[in-house]
Amino acid sequence: MSVSVAEMTEQDQLFEYTVRLGDNCVILGQRLAEWCGKSPVLEEELALMNVGLDLLGQARMLLDYAGKVEGAGRDEDKLAFFRDAQAWRNLLLVEQPNGDFAKTMSRQLFFDCFQFLQYQKLSNSADTKLAEIATKSLKEITYHVRHSSDWVIRLGDGTEESHQRMQKAVDELWGYTPEMFDMDAVDEAMLKSGVGVDLKEIEPAWKKMVEGVLSEATLNFPELTWQVRGSKEGKHTEHLGYLLAEMQFLPRAYPDANW
Amino acid sequence: MTSTNPIYSKSEVYKVLEQVRDPEIPVLSISDMGIIRDVLIDEKKINVEIMPTYSGCPAMDTIAADIENTLHVNGYADVHVETVLTPAWSSDFISDEGRLKLREFGIAPPQKNAKRGSLFHKEAVTCPQCGSGHTELVSQFGSTACKALYKCEDCLEPFDYFKCV
Repeated sequence: MSVSVAEMTEQDQLFEYTVRLGDNCVILGQRLAEWCGKSPVLEEELALMNVGLDLLGQARMLLDYAGKVEGAGRDEDKLAFFRDAQAWRNLLLVEQPNGDFAKTMSRQLFFDCFQFLQYQKLSNSADTKLAEIATKSLKEITYHVRHSSDWVIRLGDGTEESHQRMQKAVDELWGYTPEMFDMDAVDEAMLKSGVGVDLKEIEPAWKKMVEGVLSEATLNFPELTWQVRGSKEGKHTEHLGYLLAEMQFLPRAYPDANW
Repeated sequence: MTSTNPIYSKSEVYKVLEQVRDPEIPVLSISDMGIIRDVLIDEKKINVEIMPTYSGCPAMDTIAADIENTLHVNGYADVHVETVLTPAWSSDFISDEGRLKLREFGIAPPQKNAKRGSLFHKEAVTCPQCGSGHTELVSQFGSTACKALYKCEDCLEPFDYFKCV
């Protein structure tokens, strides 16, 4: 978005806010889909695809709504397939590559707990549509939290190697987590109008949730030694471009293609 | 049934809708699933409101198309299917008959009162094959979004559990 926040109308802000929510779901869903055909075991293949499918469903509802709010004729597909990296508003965390299974589960745990707490608040949003989507999604997210927590505990409290790899995965992604709780002018405005969530308020609850899982997993709660942010202004890590290139190729090469 | 009556009756429309099956669990009709929220009739126009089970469930598009087709075949020309999110569909909406059909089909039906107090609680699931309560969760996620994988410790059969949401 090229307009500064000060020039944004309420409608622009709601669009921006909804796109942020939707983009997290698209990108993480796409990442999970990359596991298709190469998951560690069959049950896990099903689980990862199920979680990804839930995220894709949530993304569709959110981007469809965003498109309607914007009123410029962009539907969910236009928003998903015809925006370049700088126009994406997903958290840096969710675009990080899958790595090994431990890294995928670490990324998932951090996001699942965040989304769970965020949507709990969002289900009381003054915006009826967002509240409805959040209420619906929360049922699915509850299963996601159980799934990722379970794996982090199993791997952390598993063999020497799984413990070491799980700790490494947690440490490697830790610096992407502070960004989740950043409140910029759009967030403040949405909070003021009763639509948005106070991310600062859910931060301690998130830490407590994650700390509980890590301690049961016999893993160390990492120290924050570095951090990066920027997704709210469209500044991404180099990984997003590659993901988009793969995800967007077909509709861009064949814009009339139909399923 | 070709309707010559200018004003359709709601109960007749409901009756026709019983023919529409869940494409992934064909023993269940969409009425058994409890996904029809309402049927609104405005003169000749029929609006069917459905509640999606899971946000990403690929069966929903098929179900919407099947509703339209089935009603068309039965003489209702002006049909519109709308997806509504409130109330959010719950497995509690599955009818008693639906639960019975699920069990007979080999899928353990969901427990009632899906409102869970805690994030991590264990569900007591009964084996649909032998009725034993001695079962174990294999995976929270199964062959479709709405099912989890279980194993019976007594008859040793694996089975699907229709998740409680």
